[in-house]
Amino acid sequence: MSFCPQGVSLPAAKERGQLVFLEGLKSCFEVLFKEEPPTGQPSPLQFIREGGSNLKALYEFVRTSLTPSESDSWKCPVLLVDDVSVLLSLGMRPVDVLDFIHYCRATVCSQLKGNVVVLVHSSENSDDTENELVVNALCHQSNLILWAEGLATGYCKDIHGQLKIIPRRPAELSTERDLPRTYQYKIQDRNVTFFARGMSAAVL
Amino acid sequence: MKIAWRYQNLPKMEASPAASSRFGHYYDVSKTLSPELLQSTKWHRFFLPEEISLQPNINICNMTSGYTRLLQSIQRIIYQEGFDGSHPQKKQKNILRIGIQNLGSVLWGEDICCTDNPEDVHSLTKFLYILRSLLRMSLSACIITVPAHLIQNKAIMERVTNLSDTVVALESFIGSERETNPLYKDYHGLIHIHQIPQLNCLICDVSDTKDLAFRLKRKLFTIERLHLPPDLSDTVSRSSKQDLAESAKLLSSGCGAMAMGKKHLDF
Repeated sequence: MSFCPQGVSLPAAKERGQLVFLEGLKSCFEVLFKEEPPTGQPSPLQFIREGGSNLKALYEFVRTSLTPSESDSWKCPVLLVDDVSVLLSLGMRPVDVLDFIHYCRATVCSQLKGNVVVLVHSSENSDDTENELVVNALCHQSNLILWAEGLATGYCKDIHGQLKIIPRRPAELSTERDLPRTYQYKIQDRNVTFFARGMSAAVL
Repeated sequence: MKIAWRYQNLPKMEASPAASSRFGHYYDVSKTLSPELLQSTKWHRFFLPEEISLQPNINICNMTSGYTRLLQSIQRIIYQEGFDGSHPQKKQKNILRIGIQNLGSVLWGEDICCTDNPEDVHSLTKFLYILRSLLRMSLSACIITVPAHLIQNKAIMERVTNLSDTVVALESFIGSERETNPLYKDYHGLIHIHQIPQLNCLICDVSDTKDLAFRLKRKLFTIERLHLPPDLSDTVSRSSKQDLAESAKLLSSGCGAMAMGKKHLDF
């Protein structure tokens, strides 16, 4: 899935070793319904079977997947987590989810000079206090927040929503360019087009 | 692969492409399924009291045993009937269609319908996630009904929605003030579409119509677009004028404010 007109071929990237993809649903199926793998390596989603609130195995998977080996030339890895709200539905406590993200940041950002992108769900007037706790904590820890939401005026066929880009930097380092920006977008089959508010092709 | 839940137990509806403004399907409650059809079709059932004595083979920590047994039963059928590709299906390929009723109710050994602080809030959401993994790894689809009106903890319902592909809610007018509202006199309830599937694509077909109502007759269940009747009689115009005035007040209180009139279609 890509937002560039040319597109990035994810299967090809996977072949080259450029992309490591952990499919949660598949891993969940394997840990619960398949025999133990002979490698003896604990499954990243061990916690679904064992209970407790322990994401250590998942973190170990991230660490070993992204730490380059001797022969690898890839640098500055990017970790994409889609999505963190599901971990809460699986019985993890907010503190464990935040610990996991913290460990990932320490390894990916500080040690490997990479980036971490985390997706969370939220909604206005949500009753899910645990989820909102995680959302708030992640917002505070982040350098950049991409906040996508529907339009306040309701459904529109040509404008599917708006995206707020909110940079977060310490006050003394902020510049004019660090003000939040808002764009509206329309989602197509394989692409998303962004435009300034009020500049939708349907309106002009 | 579809997972859906509804508020109340109503006959299954087939969502046909809405070329016209009405769709639904015909059924006759007085007729029963013909024995020939039942015999020729392979079907399985899961009745928890019968299964409770058997020991579950899989161990999923902190999950209501009813759900564990149900998952085990579904996985066994998927494997034995070849829906996961392990035994090639000899006859023409088919999809396993699963229907689960009243998930989350006390019938499954859960207490989220009884109390605001249930003992185990995660069983239902864990079950849905694991069920989804089973469906993803096989040729199957599942439709689920959930008595959402009984679940006090709204956070659970938010999570259930996020874990599902398609979410449809039925809201009955019985017992509510809408029963006597002249706008709704032709209908028995509203249909809310909370979520539509986005499987393997960025966006899917979003209907223009957001306001749907249903009508339940002896032999017909129809879903229709809700529209305002022409403003002809005195009583209709009086109530709608009042509501419009309220909406106008809200709109004038500042730009960007959302106008939420009492009428269903005000925006």
